[in-house]
Amino acid sequence: MIELYDYVLSGSCYKVRLFLSMIGQDYQARPVDYYPGGEHRTPDFLDLNPLGQIPVLKDGDLVLRDAQAILVYLAGKYDAARTWYPEDPETQGRIAMWLSFAGGEIMNSSAARLHDMLFYDVDIDKVRAAAHAAFRVLDDHLTDREIDGGEWIVGDSPTIADIACFPYVALSGDGGISLDDYPAIRRWGSRIRKIPGFEVMPGIHAT
Amino acid sequence: MAITTDTVALNDWEAIGNIDEIASGKRRNTRLLGQDIIAEMDGDRPRVFEANANGGMGREHPAQVLYGHVWTTLGTPVKPPLDMPEFLEDGRRLISCGAVTVRASPLRIVENFLDMSHFPYVHTGILGEEPITEVSDYKFEIRQPDDELWATECSFFQPQAAASADDGQVSEYMYRVSSPFVTVLYKTCPVVEGAWDLVGIFVQPRDEGVCDVHTFMLVFDDTSTYTDLVHFQHEIFLQDRSILENQLPVGLPLSPKFETAIRADGSSMLYRRWLRQKGLTFGTYRDNEDNRAA
Repeated sequence: MIELYDYVLSGSCYKVRLFLSMIGQDYQARPVDYYPGGEHRTPDFLDLNPLGQIPVLKDGDLVLRDAQAILVYLAGKYDAARTWYPEDPETQGRIAMWLSFAGGEIMNSSAARLHDMLFYDVDIDKVRAAAHAAFRVLDDHLTDREIDGGEWIVGDSPTIADIACFPYVALSGDGGISLDDYPAIRRWGSRIRKIPGFEVMPGIHAT
Repeated sequence: MAITTDTVALNDWEAIGNIDEIASGKRRNTRLLGQDIIAEMDGDRPRVFEANANGGMGREHPAQVLYGHVWTTLGTPVKPPLDMPEFLEDGRRLISCGAVTVRASPLRIVENFLDMSHFPYVHTGILGEEPITEVSDYKFEIRQPDDELWATECSFFQPQAAASADDGQVSEYMYRVSSPFVTVLYKTCPVVEGAWDLVGIFVQPRDEGVCDVHTFMLVFDDTSTYTDLVHFQHEIFLQDRSILENQLPVGLPLSPKFETAIRADGSSMLYRRWLRQKGLTFGTYRDNEDNRAA
């Protein structure tokens, strides 16, 4: 059984929960006392992931950290139709580009949220500005895609790039970042919410 | 903003940090009612100081440890913090869920806590589920001499009333508001027949529109892990957070002319009336003034 080291309020864990739900794959959640307990900084957890971050996925002997890496693995292994992470190199390259963006620039939105909710010590103006810059890039890309008749970040159907980018865009309000200026992002968010198997988390609503 | 001039707010005891966070020798720099404060433990003794302009220790205020939290007051208390004798009962577990910041009036946070009608829509599948959306009649009153608001004989069908619940149940509730920013609910325990589980929020108003909310549970539950219980509470509270942060106006209107505009909810109306009679202004919406909660 797949085991997911999970925290209900983590947008990164939600990437994995959301994808597992959409592909209909069972798993066992292993709750991590991230806040207030700080379990991710304990020696036992650091043995599992020396970076001290969630999520971590265990599947048999395989232990994976990083939500984006976990999505690549799950899509390759459990999506028989291979629509979520298609096998042609060009598409994979495009997806990897946006996975990196999801784990990089978009995480400024996560930092703003941790600051506003859970007292993380970050330069809030700086991370909000960086999140806005990232959202501008994504909104422009999605606008271009719409002009070409595309509804998703890459290709003609949703991929793990969409799943990786969605959570911290949708949670941006928690960190005081409005999506008012990003109409293409909002339309894309509505489409994601209609994918069969979509599920919510606190701060992300069904509609 | 500077420290509030609202003596009604200043004269209450408020929780300002979890005892585990303010570990011996570690300070908590925080804010209460517009005043920057510093909390620390001196051995077993909690101490709370105003932070002066250069971050140093200013005037000291009374402090005590209660229910897993450090409490203080910036004024002259008219009554002690609430009495919860359940904390002395054997077999209960105290789960302190940590503080979460919410950009909302403390009064809206408490009022939302009292409101059962949002369960099916905001806490779908946990505390409620459509189509069962009707709130049955319940009783509500101000109890003297403690001057507390109580709502009793509340009930609601809940798909997953507690972390320990396997099935849906009709939960019986009692709500208690002991002071404007402190509230506890008593709820049917799914494990021990006839017992109440306690779930409470100690709202620490930093400013009129920003609060740190300290949540706790005091439950009979031998099966759930500590983390399961924390996550259960976090999920519910964070479902409320995004709703609370978008409520307008930010301050809670207390004027009777707003009562017809809000849903006909007895405990909410009584809460507003109780606050109005106290003369509380902190966190309220004040018509024709520019110092409303921002």
